[in-house]
Amino acid sequence: MNKDYSHVISKIDAIAAKIYDDFQKTEIPFVNLPTRTKSNIKFDEKLNVWKYGKNTTERNAKSLDGAYMLLRTMYMADFIKEMININKSSTLREMYYISEGWDMAKFHSQQESNLLAEDLEVITSCMREDFKLRPEEDGARVIGNLTIEETTRNNKKKKIHCQDDVGDAGYSIPYNVEPEKITFKSIDADFIVAIETGGMFDRLVENGFDTSNNAILVHLKGQPARSTRRFIKRINEEANIPVLIFTDCDPWSYRIFASIAYGAIKTAHISEYLATPPSQYLGVTPSDIENYDLPTDTLTKEDINALKNELSDPRFQDSFWKGEIKLQLKMGKKSEQQALAKYGLDYVTDTYLPEKLTEMGILKK
Amino acid sequence: MHSSPINGGIVLGKITAHELAKKQKEISVAEFFERNKHILGFGNQTRALITSVKEGVDNGLDACEEANILPEIYVEIKNHDDGECKVIVEDNGPGVVKKQIPHIFGRLLYGSRFHDIRQSRGQQGIGISAVVLYGQLTTGKHAKILSKVDEDRPAVITELAIDTNKNRAEVIKRDTEHWEKPCGTRVEVSIMADYKRGKRFVYDYLQSTSIVNPHAQIIYKEPDGTEHIFERTSDSLPKKSIEIKPHPYGVELGTLIKMAKHTKSRKLSSFLKTEFSSMGDRTTKTALEKANLDKDLNPKEMDREQFLALHKAFKKVKIMAPSTDCLSPIGETLIKRSLKHETKEISPEFIITASRPASVYSGNPFQVEVGLVYGGNLPKEDTVKILRFANRVPLLYQQGGCVTTQAISSIDWRRYGLSQPSGKGIPSGPAIFLTHVSSTLIPFTSESKEAIADVTEIENEIKLAFRECARKVQHHIHKEVKRAKTREKFDLITKILPEIAKKSANILNKPVPSLDPIITKIMDVVWIEDLIEYEKIKREPVQTTLAGNAPTEDRGGTITKSKIMVVNYKQTPQKLNLYAIIPEDAVVGQVTPKPSKVSNNFIKWNLETIPPANKIDINFELAGLEKGDFDENDLYIENINPSYVIGADKWEGD
Repeated sequence: MNKDYSHVISKIDAIAAKIYDDFQKTEIPFVNLPTRTKSNIKFDEKLNVWKYGKNTTERNAKSLDGAYMLLRTMYMADFIKEMININKSSTLREMYYISEGWDMAKFHSQQESNLLAEDLEVITSCMREDFKLRPEEDGARVIGNLTIEETTRNNKKKKIHCQDDVGDAGYSIPYNVEPEKITFKSIDADFIVAIETGGMFDRLVENGFDTSNNAILVHLKGQPARSTRRFIKRINEEANIPVLIFTDCDPWSYRIFASIAYGAIKTAHISEYLATPPSQYLGVTPSDIENYDLPTDTLTKEDINALKNELSDPRFQDSFWKGEIKLQLKMGKKSEQQALAKYGLDYVTDTYLPEKLTEMGILKK
Repeated sequence: MHSSPINGGIVLGKITAHELAKKQKEISVAEFFERNKHILGFGNQTRALITSVKEGVDNGLDACEEANILPEIYVEIKNHDDGECKVIVEDNGPGVVKKQIPHIFGRLLYGSRFHDIRQSRGQQGIGISAVVLYGQLTTGKHAKILSKVDEDRPAVITELAIDTNKNRAEVIKRDTEHWEKPCGTRVEVSIMADYKRGKRFVYDYLQSTSIVNPHAQIIYKEPDGTEHIFERTSDSLPKKSIEIKPHPYGVELGTLIKMAKHTKSRKLSSFLKTEFSSMGDRTTKTALEKANLDKDLNPKEMDREQFLALHKAFKKVKIMAPSTDCLSPIGETLIKRSLKHETKEISPEFIITASRPASVYSGNPFQVEVGLVYGGNLPKEDTVKILRFANRVPLLYQQGGCVTTQAISSIDWRRYGLSQPSGKGIPSGPAIFLTHVSSTLIPFTSESKEAIADVTEIENEIKLAFRECARKVQHHIHKEVKRAKTREKFDLITKILPEIAKKSANILNKPVPSLDPIITKIMDVVWIEDLIEYEKIKREPVQTTLAGNAPTEDRGGTITKSKIMVVNYKQTPQKLNLYAIIPEDAVVGQVTPKPSKVSNNFIKWNLETIPPANKIDINFELAGLEKGDFDENDLYIENINPSYVIGADKWEGD
């Protein structure tokens, strides 16, 4: 099935035309794009997510760095146009390697090329899928009482039940989770638990938490990929069930939560598309460490800096987060979700989760 | 001691003059030597080794230069376990005639240069004969002198001993021998010496000698057979120093009286004019007026009072400095080349030299040249290494007592990027300093000629030279930093912007837009870029402009080609004058476009108006230099706001 890419091409041409016109007007070529930092994200009341604010950054050819950026932008734009024309796509990593042949415009790290791809999204208001660019792999997994219809490579539609048709590893979320690729045929669950670590995901699967509590379990695999976040958002919207985030108790895990609930700083231009504002943080919270007397590690210097950073992050300004972060800084401790095993393998499913879910009003007493 | 029994008092035993006379006899040279060996450089066995090598090499170099021969010096040391060393020094000089050999090598205080007023290495005539004597006193062995004066005649070998009572040489044996060299001298002396300790100093001494004698090739063979070759880096002999007459400021009363006794002049005025330098009609007249002496006096008949008045009058009259033809400085180009050659392994960041005009102390002309090697693999923590030279001879000892060290220590080096606690003393940092003082009379602190005495005029000149050097260093660093910054911009406009334009046009399928207006907008400077290339040639370098001497007997060589590009990246037309500094010893070849002036140290162009985004190519060729002698253009601009220009500084005048 062939998507219409003409709007993508016209947007890419518009960037080239901007630069070209600058040359003709004898202006030093530049492009403007929203500043992509913590200081420039604002809460969008309408969309209920965090988006980039009004601050913009100018990339111009006055400096060497700026000029390189513009040159790379031109190369990438050209490359995307070509992929659209010949109907191919590439991974972000492949694009990074392709840039080896871009002479002066080549990237020095994949992070550079990934960032520029995001910049292009921001400038054109397109998505990287429109650019025929995709991440390498996701492998984030799902287990629960839902049936997905996926369009396979040979263009056949295949129904998959995420408990009966999958192994213990669950259903693997593809990089494209748009309706043209997958649709939800049936969702019969009360809530979603999105879990940071594979170990905890497997624990819940082994203990049958999905069936006993009628839950959909999603493995986030650390900082979740766009498709995982988009997948969660779709289930949340289409089935209208709550989303609970279950992670370790450290500053990095809070950022995982924020990227799902509020939108990530890096992808704030598409927050409304990726973020699930009703998501709730289940734990492990610093208060849990105290209440459940969990085994801990001492906060590292980096942890402390990250926590302090979060105190000034506009997304963490509610009383819950402020209280928890300050508490954690005071304790100087952090903990892992698997630390709950201190009280036995079933403790998490028999005691901790039921208690927390009840407290949050998800499970009735 | 003369206690004085004459004025009465108690006399214990009267000693008559006759009795005293029995004790009074000539002190033999041997005794003199024995008592004074430390001041002659034979204080211990390490020093003895170096002094022996040094005297031999100095002698060889002087001999070659006097005969207009490019020196090839061969030094060999043979070492015995018992502390005896055989020092062999061989040169390719003119040789010594048979009759003179015993005098030169076997008699102290015998020399041809003692009375000359001009720059040379040895002067007192102590040097080589002292080595022979030292050998004889310590080993009892005779010196062997091999000498060949004519290609068609065999060499003469002479075995010499010194009769220490008479200060005369004794020829022990004389023979002829075949020697493949066309001419030259070979001295072989056995001495007691500490080779183990002296070894390093011998090497240092020869290396240093090679630095200030770029025209000499020195080969050094160690006892174990290791051979070091210090190559020749210049094929031209140093300018011959010309003998000058004494300058009134420097002459001592006794010398003045002696000169008057021997003069052929009958009148005082002509005596002054013919026997002294810088004495013209007017100066002579003024001096005589001040001394209150008649110009027609017969100098031979003058009394002591009159001489004293004359001598005093000299100091009161302003007399022109003596001519400096008597000096033979090394020259900046050669110092730089030598330093470059000797520091190849250090790969220094830069080598900078400075040369002062000749100056005078107490009537003696002298000139200071300095060099500075910076960076590379030089240790960053150590104190700076100081290489001291006087009349092309390295000074190895008594660094602390030398005016050179004093001058260096009194400069605050901290602002030139070297560390120096409290801004005094020898600085630390990755640098080597070189000083060369040339003079008709180097004021050494002692006979062993190891340190230059504290003479204010010399100290000042050394300071001035180093300050100039330091300024050049700062200038160099400043320039590098500025260039690195603008190089970025240059990359931007020459490489990246055109690519952006091309690519954007490509995406849109449109023609590539013109970049010139944008480039001038971004750069907003007049950019001067230069490049130096070297070309080996066989033909004679063509000299088209500079009025001066074309290099004599140029057997081909290297042409240094400097290309300068002046690009106007301003948005308005620009006009300027450009100066390129050239070494004084270079000969200017082809220059395009036509310069408006060529002097012996710069070329000047009055450039016509350059429209925006246009450039002018400037080329000039230099002959008479070796590859690498001229490795950096020094460019200056005039008649334009200096802040508009990158790659050249404001011209401050000649």
